[in-house]
Amino acid sequence: MTTTSTTTTGLPRLPLGDWVADGVDWVTSTFRGLFDQIRAVLEWCYGSLDTLLGGPPFWLVALLLAAIALLVKGWRLAVGSLVGFALIAAVDQWSNAMNTLALVILASVVALVLAIPLGIWCARNDRVSQFVRPVLDLMQTMPAFVYLIPTVVIFRVGVVPGIVATVIFAMAPGVRFTELGIRQVDREVVEAGHAFGSGERRILRQIQLPLAMPTIMAGVNQVIMLSLSMVVISGMVGAAGLGRDVVTALQRVNMSLGFEAGVSVVILAVFLDRVTAALADRSPVARALRTTDA
Amino acid sequence: MTMTAVRAENVYKVFGRRPGEAVRRLREGATRDEVAMHGTAAVIDASFEVASGETFVVMGLSGSGKSTLIRMLNGLGRPTSGRVLLGDHDLSTVRSKELREIRQRRVSMVFQHFALLPHRSVLDNTAYPLEIRGVDKAERRRRAGEALELVGLERWADHLPSQLSGGMRQRVGLARALAADTDVLLMDEAFSALDPLIRREMQDQLLELQQTLGKTIVFITHDLNEAMYLGDRIAVMRDGRIVQVGTSEEILSDPANDYVAQFVADVDRTRVLTAASVMQPARAVVPLSGGPRLALRTMREQQVSAAYVLDRSRALRGMVHDADVVIALRNGADTLVDLVRTDVAPVSPETPLGELFAPAAESALPIPVTDAAGRLVGVVPRVTLLEAMVPPEQTPAQGTPAVADTPTSSDEATAVPA
Repeated sequence: MTTTSTTTTGLPRLPLGDWVADGVDWVTSTFRGLFDQIRAVLEWCYGSLDTLLGGPPFWLVALLLAAIALLVKGWRLAVGSLVGFALIAAVDQWSNAMNTLALVILASVVALVLAIPLGIWCARNDRVSQFVRPVLDLMQTMPAFVYLIPTVVIFRVGVVPGIVATVIFAMAPGVRFTELGIRQVDREVVEAGHAFGSGERRILRQIQLPLAMPTIMAGVNQVIMLSLSMVVISGMVGAAGLGRDVVTALQRVNMSLGFEAGVSVVILAVFLDRVTAALADRSPVARALRTTDA
Repeated sequence: MTMTAVRAENVYKVFGRRPGEAVRRLREGATRDEVAMHGTAAVIDASFEVASGETFVVMGLSGSGKSTLIRMLNGLGRPTSGRVLLGDHDLSTVRSKELREIRQRRVSMVFQHFALLPHRSVLDNTAYPLEIRGVDKAERRRRAGEALELVGLERWADHLPSQLSGGMRQRVGLARALAADTDVLLMDEAFSALDPLIRREMQDQLLELQQTLGKTIVFITHDLNEAMYLGDRIAVMRDGRIVQVGTSEEILSDPANDYVAQFVADVDRTRVLTAASVMQPARAVVPLSGGPRLALRTMREQQVSAAYVLDRSRALRGMVHDADVVIALRNGADTLVDLVRTDVAPVSPETPLGELFAPAAESALPIPVTDAAGRLVGVVPRVTLLEAMVPPEQTPAQGTPAVADTPTSSDEATAVPA
């Protein structure tokens, strides 16, 4: 691709985009083997998860999900979820919704597996934090569509580029909240760990992570919600699910299909949000801090 | 012979870009401000020894470096220069594995804001040091339970810290440090976050515990009253330097410089000074075997209207009043035995002055001070009591001896300005 040598403002044309494209090309050709493996692993994970959620009959999966809601929150959420799932099934979006749920779960898990250790590292090392912070800003503010281009180049069309783009886009709050949570832990309590002769790992495991858990869980909630918001965009590059129907509806100006798929996304979003928020509330520290009947 | 539990030798701690350079300049006599461009000098040339079993208080205002100093005593901070010795271990050179070992077995800490784990029960918080040390669960719970008993919280073992009041939480902090069963206990502003009444209660409890446990305690505080109440010896810190080390009475009566003098001017002397430090030899004293005539003569010579009666072993038996003795003489009595009034309330030499005001107000005679065997070791006249309340630099003419055994009419007492 060639670009003109001057811009409309008269300044010399800086071929920034070309450089990035060249870089991506180089990365693609150099690490092709690695990317193929990543692609295979992610595809396998997605396939298994999708079979797990979409394979059994609708009522069984819906009841299991409602049971989770009952366990972490209460019967209201459980009943509400059941009604919502019934609505999804009634507009014939159940299979798509399970595709989407599988994609969201996989992308969130991958994002958290990367984000939480990175957040811990940032909290413990100011230099790392200073380096990571602008990168996170970039990842979060760059229009999400832009990720799709290199990920499609690297991983080819299908569900994998969608997952990878989702992971990149959704990771940032996971890192930020983890770092914030650990940095917010009372300095004196950490000092107490040191003062009684505890090692770094034990302090992380027994003091910093438990005390940061409410904040980290808020980050987990954000990661999941951002992942869900990416499913429509993933639909554009061929990922199955509600996103693809939304994209199709948009292309054909099909109001009814668009609304049905959209409402299904909302129901999934509310379910995931309430369940993860309830999980955050159930961490031992959050519960302990609520107990103040002295 | 007492052992040295903690020793600091010319310890410097400088935070900042060029700590080494700052220390070199400070050694050459530069002030804290002059080295500010090289770093912040938190502790400058601190040297002291804490004997085993002693309560050593480091007193200073915020920014005086006391918190930095105490954190070097368990290796939370390392000195920029100088040595910190905990027993035989030189904390300035020790490796991190050995340092953890020392922290597990030799030195524990109580924190200003308690530093408890909110999601663990009181018992599990108390057992935390033992858990780190690898003591098995049953054993550490048993020992944590014992530590909680020491601070009177055994009934709260299953509660969470958030269910406890501030004072109780700090008792958990204290129990945790006691459960670690270390010889040395560091207390960093341990009672400063508590209400005054609770704080007083905690101070008393610490003194009480200390009588049976005999730990070596290094206690940090910004409250001089607390320092003087708790400390066997006190180090006064200012701008990173230790300006005076001594007992509370030494610091009160002989302040090293104007700064210390100003500081102690505000101290509550009634809590620091004891009966022993102000008592005087008793003059209006008659032996029980001496008879009414001797009693009258003594009272006349001392110009008082009553006298204390002692037996052969100098044990205080009571007091006789002049009117009683005169009437008894007219009636031909020749012994004091029937005249002795036993309604005297002697105090011990350790009684703080604050507790002498009530008896002084009620008694016609100076307050008798008796030792454990009941022997009269001295008396505290009311005028002495009032005089002791005045800081030294405000004392008028030096060398005027306090008038002993003044007849204590109420006019006399009110003549002294409050």
